[in-house]
Amino acid sequence: MNPPKCDHCDEPAVVHEVTLKNGIKSEIHLCQEHAREAGVSMPTHQPINQLLSQFVISHSAKARAKSKKTCPGCGMTFGRFRQSGALGCADCYETFEQQLAPLIERAQNGATHHRGKTPVRAGSSVDRQLLITQLVKELDQAVGAEQYERAAQLRDRLRDLNPGTAGNGPGDRGRTASSETAPTDS
Amino acid sequence: MKFSTPGPWLSDDGPDTDVVMSCRVRLARNIAGFPFVGRANDAQRREILRIAQQVVLSLDLADGMFWVDLSHSPARDRQLLMERHLISRHLAEAEFPRAVAVSGDETLSIMVNEEDHLRMQVLGPGIGLSDLMDRINEVDDAIESRLDFAFSQRWGYLTACPTNVGAGIRLSVMMHLPGLKLTGEIDRLRRAAKDLHLAVRGYYGEGSESAGDFYQVSNQITLGRSEQDLLAEFRDRILPQIIEYEQHARQMLVERNPTLLDDRINRAVGILRSAHLLGAEEAMKLLSRVRLGIRLKRLHGIDLNKVNHLLLQVQSAHLQQSIGADLNPDQRREARAKLVREALS
Repeated sequence: MNPPKCDHCDEPAVVHEVTLKNGIKSEIHLCQEHAREAGVSMPTHQPINQLLSQFVISHSAKARAKSKKTCPGCGMTFGRFRQSGALGCADCYETFEQQLAPLIERAQNGATHHRGKTPVRAGSSVDRQLLITQLVKELDQAVGAEQYERAAQLRDRLRDLNPGTAGNGPGDRGRTASSETAPTDS
Repeated sequence: MKFSTPGPWLSDDGPDTDVVMSCRVRLARNIAGFPFVGRANDAQRREILRIAQQVVLSLDLADGMFWVDLSHSPARDRQLLMERHLISRHLAEAEFPRAVAVSGDETLSIMVNEEDHLRMQVLGPGIGLSDLMDRINEVDDAIESRLDFAFSQRWGYLTACPTNVGAGIRLSVMMHLPGLKLTGEIDRLRRAAKDLHLAVRGYYGEGSESAGDFYQVSNQITLGRSEQDLLAEFRDRILPQIIEYEQHARQMLVERNPTLLDDRINRAVGILRSAHLLGAEEAMKLLSRVRLGIRLKRLHGIDLNKVNHLLLQVQSAHLQQSIGADLNPDQRREARAKLVREALS
């Protein structure tokens, strides 16, 4: 059975309300956008487990479309992850990145990138350059999409990696980093 | 399996042991190239065990490091390790190849094939989290010099459950909160904890109930912050608030309801000194009240360390180990009551 769509548009519904009055059942299904318009607010602080399961459920329509993807490392599907709550192997993070990223961001209070300890073996100069290249790409995309909060986080990450890349303007740092460390394929 | 001393983390020598009994820092790590434990087959799990055993025992991580193959250990030994907080309930009860390495002084334990390949933890009395952080980092660095861990530049250390990804770190403290419990404020703490991104769990961590007003409080954020940042916030901002909250509740009880307080404390002593059947949960609850009485100086003549020791000794596996026999539940209640009566008489 397909999940219900929003009563006002074709987006999948994430808010569902079923009421019984005088024996008559009425249902309301709203997408995130229309739920917000209708003044339905999501509770902001919830236990992580609850948050995760709700989030996974609310995205089940999109997830289902993508759940055919199978992790090359372990054969895991996103659907199976949804049931168990555990990923199958390290490659799952890459395979399901698109679906996992918003989920992790919400569970981790908005954090999108690791800022802690790095294993010595992972901190080699090649990896570092690759990382910087990747960050610069992401920063350019974020600035282009006017995602300033994300751009600021990316900039912080770049600054942590290489203090010499810190400029002043919002786009400057990214460009400086890319030209000094590793050319992007733009 | 026999431990001759109470867990060193159960002493009152650490800082701030009034409210914080003990603390723990745990890191979750996975060995690159293997599926996570839940997705691995038994042959892969055995291979992970073999690698971990070889690395852990060949490194000079701690004095008297010993290895326990949990798949071949009696249930009572596994419960004993769990009661000493050296393994999780999940690891004690699982049914596939798994093990734990424990240091001679029991302050370090490395669980193998828990939810992640390696879950290494250091335990200490009181609130000495900073020292524990240094210690676990040494252990992590030493193991990492021999093993490649699953790591991504974006997500950090990759863990089976994405809620642990990033630093893979769990800072936790075992708190004694009888004041908040008696004043009914514990629910407010639980609500506040959600806002602070903390988990408040029972005595044995995830999935367990609180016993004797002991609660395990830990961080939930593991991504986007350095380990030192997480530690500083937990130690300097969050914990002092909870400690103050508990101390305030205790003070309120002393000032506003001393009769109720003395009743609860002395009633607990009365039951512990005269009961002939005693369940583990009841014993924990009553010992908690006695601990509160000693801490508030409303009870005299009972040694605090003895009470702390009893908190461990009344638990089922410890009780049976001290008797040297397997007991049924009725026999345990009787033996427990006898142990407590004699200790407190």
